[in-house]
Amino acid sequence: MSTDLHDLSVAQLAAKLAAREVSSVEVTQHFLARIEQHASLGAFLASDSAVSLAQAKAADARLAAGERTPLLGVPLAHKDLFVTRDFPCTAGSKMLEGYLSPFDATVVGKLAGAGMVTLGKLNCDEFAMGSGNDNSAYKPVLNPWDRARIPGGSSGGSAAAVAARMVPAATGTDTGGSIRQPASLSGITGIKPTYGRCSRYGMVAFASSLDQAGPMAGSALDCALLLSSMAGPDLDRDSTSLDLPVVDYASNLIADSAGGTGAEGLKGLKIGLPRQFFGAGCSADVLKAVRSALAEFEKLGATLVDVDLPLTELSIPVYYVIAPAEASSNLSRFDGVRYGHRAASYGDLTDMYKKSRSEGFGDEVTRRIMIGTYVLSHGYYDAYYLKAQKIRRLIAEDFQKAFTQCDIIAGPVSPTVAWKIGEKSDDPVASYLADIYTLSSSLAGLPGMSVPAGFGAHNMPVGLQLIGNYFEEAQLLGAAHQFQLATDWHTRRPPGI
Amino acid sequence: MALTSEDIKRVANLARLELRPDETDRVLGQLNGFFSLVAQMDAVDTDGVEPLAHPAAVLGQVALRLRDDIASEPNQREQSQKSAPAVERGLFLVPKVIE
Amino acid sequence: MSQTHPTVNPFAEAQAGRPTGPLVQGYEVIIGFETHAQLTTQSKIFSRAPTSFGAEPNTAASAVDFALPGALPVMNKGAVQRAIEFGLAVDAHIAECSVFARKNYFYPDLPKGYQISQFEIPVVQGGKVEFFLDGEKKSVRLVRAHLEEDAGKSLHEDFIGMSGIDLNRAGTPLLEIVTEPDMRSSAEAVAYAKELHKIVTWIGICDGNMQEGSFRCDANVSVRKPGDPLGTRREIKNLNSFRFMQQAIDYEVRWQIEQIEEGKAIQQATVLFDPDTGETRAMRTKEDAADYRYFPDPDLPPLVISREWVETTRTEMAELPRVMAARFVRDYGLPEYDAGQLTQSKAVAAYFEAVAVGSKQAKLASNWVMGELSRRLNTEDKAIEASTVSDLQLARLISRISDGTISNNAAKQVFDALWTGEGGEVDAVIEAKGLKQMSDTGELEKIIDAVLAANAKNVEEVRAGNTKAMNALVGQAMKATKGKANPAQVNELLKKKLG
Repeated sequence: MSTDLHDLSVAQLAAKLAAREVSSVEVTQHFLARIEQHASLGAFLASDSAVSLAQAKAADARLAAGERTPLLGVPLAHKDLFVTRDFPCTAGSKMLEGYLSPFDATVVGKLAGAGMVTLGKLNCDEFAMGSGNDNSAYKPVLNPWDRARIPGGSSGGSAAAVAARMVPAATGTDTGGSIRQPASLSGITGIKPTYGRCSRYGMVAFASSLDQAGPMAGSALDCALLLSSMAGPDLDRDSTSLDLPVVDYASNLIADSAGGTGAEGLKGLKIGLPRQFFGAGCSADVLKAVRSALAEFEKLGATLVDVDLPLTELSIPVYYVIAPAEASSNLSRFDGVRYGHRAASYGDLTDMYKKSRSEGFGDEVTRRIMIGTYVLSHGYYDAYYLKAQKIRRLIAEDFQKAFTQCDIIAGPVSPTVAWKIGEKSDDPVASYLADIYTLSSSLAGLPGMSVPAGFGAHNMPVGLQLIGNYFEEAQLLGAAHQFQLATDWHTRRPPGI
Repeated sequence: MALTSEDIKRVANLARLELRPDETDRVLGQLNGFFSLVAQMDAVDTDGVEPLAHPAAVLGQVALRLRDDIASEPNQREQSQKSAPAVERGLFLVPKVIE
Repeated sequence: MSQTHPTVNPFAEAQAGRPTGPLVQGYEVIIGFETHAQLTTQSKIFSRAPTSFGAEPNTAASAVDFALPGALPVMNKGAVQRAIEFGLAVDAHIAECSVFARKNYFYPDLPKGYQISQFEIPVVQGGKVEFFLDGEKKSVRLVRAHLEEDAGKSLHEDFIGMSGIDLNRAGTPLLEIVTEPDMRSSAEAVAYAKELHKIVTWIGICDGNMQEGSFRCDANVSVRKPGDPLGTRREIKNLNSFRFMQQAIDYEVRWQIEQIEEGKAIQQATVLFDPDTGETRAMRTKEDAADYRYFPDPDLPPLVISREWVETTRTEMAELPRVMAARFVRDYGLPEYDAGQLTQSKAVAAYFEAVAVGSKQAKLASNWVMGELSRRLNTEDKAIEASTVSDLQLARLISRISDGTISNNAAKQVFDALWTGEGGEVDAVIEAKGLKQMSDTGELEKIIDAVLAANAKNVEEVRAGNTKAMNALVGQAMKATKGKANPAQVNELLKKKLG
């Protein structure tokens, strides 16, 4: 019976576990076997069956004791950007090879507290810098839909593992699209909540004013289940954590879907389509899939309106000034003094710094540290960093204008489907340009998600991006859920999975 | 304005990075490519616009949360030095610091 | 924001019209101060680790202080509270909204690779520190005081070719207090530092322990010919005793003048004072120290301080030295100088007030506390708390002077007796020593008549207009009364009798 366990959603697994039809240990063993079976995808950087099974036993004990919480006993894996006590945390970098954290990230702790079992740590671009997961210092992640292609990044391991059903769900982090873009390119569902909704404590910092954790799974409902446990104030640990009550996103959805596929389930919902998201920059196959998905939303009673986000193109330079600036400072702590890589041989102190850091950091990280250091350096601050922070406000205000005309904003996540591994690796600027549709909402700190919307060129998945106003995760998940009740894109599996 | 390899050297030193000569040239080319993209920002009129350092600030002023002055962290030297490259008698060792 | 630190002021404007001080070899000395005061909080500024001095290496540090991956800062309310109290104490503006910024540089005792400080918008803005120097009132203007975190310590001993890093001190809250270059002599600089030390310890935001580094002063020193533009300044770091402070500045001033006289230009530099040689020497400069790449810390939203908080703090704060001094002038009619001296410490001020109230003779009380009492305390190197003469005793003693019971000289004898512990009660001592002045005129007249009878010759001379002879008679009369008579009274009676 356990052969098809991996086809079950988080919600279905939770139900089976609650009904004691299957034990957490059985489920965990099944997925550990899947992880073995698909190891060649490169999705995992660390797993430890002993640790996972011990957690599963503990979950089974709680179930046996009659405890019934929505995620109790369901396994998942964490992006390797979250520090963990039981697994090393590398952030996809040689710099942190074998690093053991004395504490768990708040998000990791919350999900463990909810009874979820950790299957291991998932591959990602080094320090979450990249959009193809080809910047991992250890190995690239392959896209389960076409192993010659990238899964997206930086949460590429999370996306591939969920798409290949090696895990029922995973955590990811999104700074400029790192949850939404891999979710789109790998055909799964992922949500980046409002900045500050999930604690950043224990997330290896990339760009502090942009980093945000979120769930990646097979459906909006599964994301809602996970987000309900991940989100919430962390007032003692994270000064940017929002002081807002935890929402039970899942029960809202289940209420919505009581009538099954609610025809007109989205009646009255106004969806704004930014003209700048549907221009020549976006490839035809992607636009086709996105448009037909939007037609589905209309069938469900939503109305489509055109809106303007005039500074969309500017979001690329603005983001690529601000994020590297913050990163250059955040990554200064990796100096080979207290932890992390220290060069084997060096002369004086400065030499130790330079050798350790140059050996520990990969090309893209080095490049961004250089950019960030430059834009903050004497004489350039005003022209670059300060200017970017001002345009950032204008971008955020444009969204608020748009939201006076609509409830949510929709468009493509990525201008193309997943590209071939190595295709953009010598041209960093080209891959920066591909982030155009995800950067502006990140700069504004708005919640956004990617929902499977069909297939484009080479039969590669295409995601529809939904952007909500601040704190409107529930509305986004609700709309996505209604769409998924009416469509089956999210249930498609890569060939051979 | 384009960067020079002197800029690259200065910035690399500030960032405590050591670039091989070939790397310096590659990075110089890539950064100049990048900054031609950044030049677009000049076209935007930002006179009188407040920089946005914290996303939530668009909704109004965000204020720093303050915690009560209570010391509650125990000694955690051992766990915290697990991954330390060089430790002696509880101190992190580094090449001699000269003032 | 520009990358030049705001403490580097438009000196010229700031100094226009300031009075000059004593010239040294024809040069005007210009001094500004930066003081790092460690705040007396229980926990660190951004972590819950204790701020303990002298703990085992790296045992008083948390994930935040070790800058472990994923650790984030959370601000300590106690540090903000103390900054507000300081701002009120120096009559400064408390910013409604101030911003924490990252100061980026690599150093092993700086775990994050940046120091969280305040750059463009500090929490305390402006203010002044006032004090007396040789009886002259001085006022040093503050530019700002900002909150920041302290660094750890590098230990250079015991490790061959290596340094050991201890992060216990990392994250200790500091208030960096920056003045305008308003001081014109090493003496004025030390007087300022002592006054500032008095203020922070008086209001209790800093323990003031200079040996342990709780109160560290850096002095920016430059010299110029009067009227010339300001000279290049050198910063003397970590002056951790008032004595070294004066030595270091005096040496630095002489050195700079020598250089200029030899036609050499002064290079801006950071120097250290070596107490053994009594000289200052330039530190090895970090070549890129100038480019700190300040930017607002994205981990910390702006620090917002409500006016209510400031006002509550104001009402709950102990009376400040300068306020108390003003009150002494107003209520007790003391000269400003006395009031300043008497508010050097809470204990002295309290002692004086008890004496003033008890004796109803504020000026006399001031004279005795600043005179006889402090002389005694100094010679025996005692704090006023350890005075063997209580405030009540001194009050009683002073009332006995004012009601004419004893003379000033007699009072000094009584004070001696009380100080050395013989006899506790003032009046008892006066009795025992028979120091009461003779007030009974009848008895005094008898004695004087006797004196006149016994000194007919002097009487003749007095009548002939010889004042010397008068003095002789007074002396005789005092002798006859064993000094108990009031000389003025004796004079009066003699004049009357000799008509």
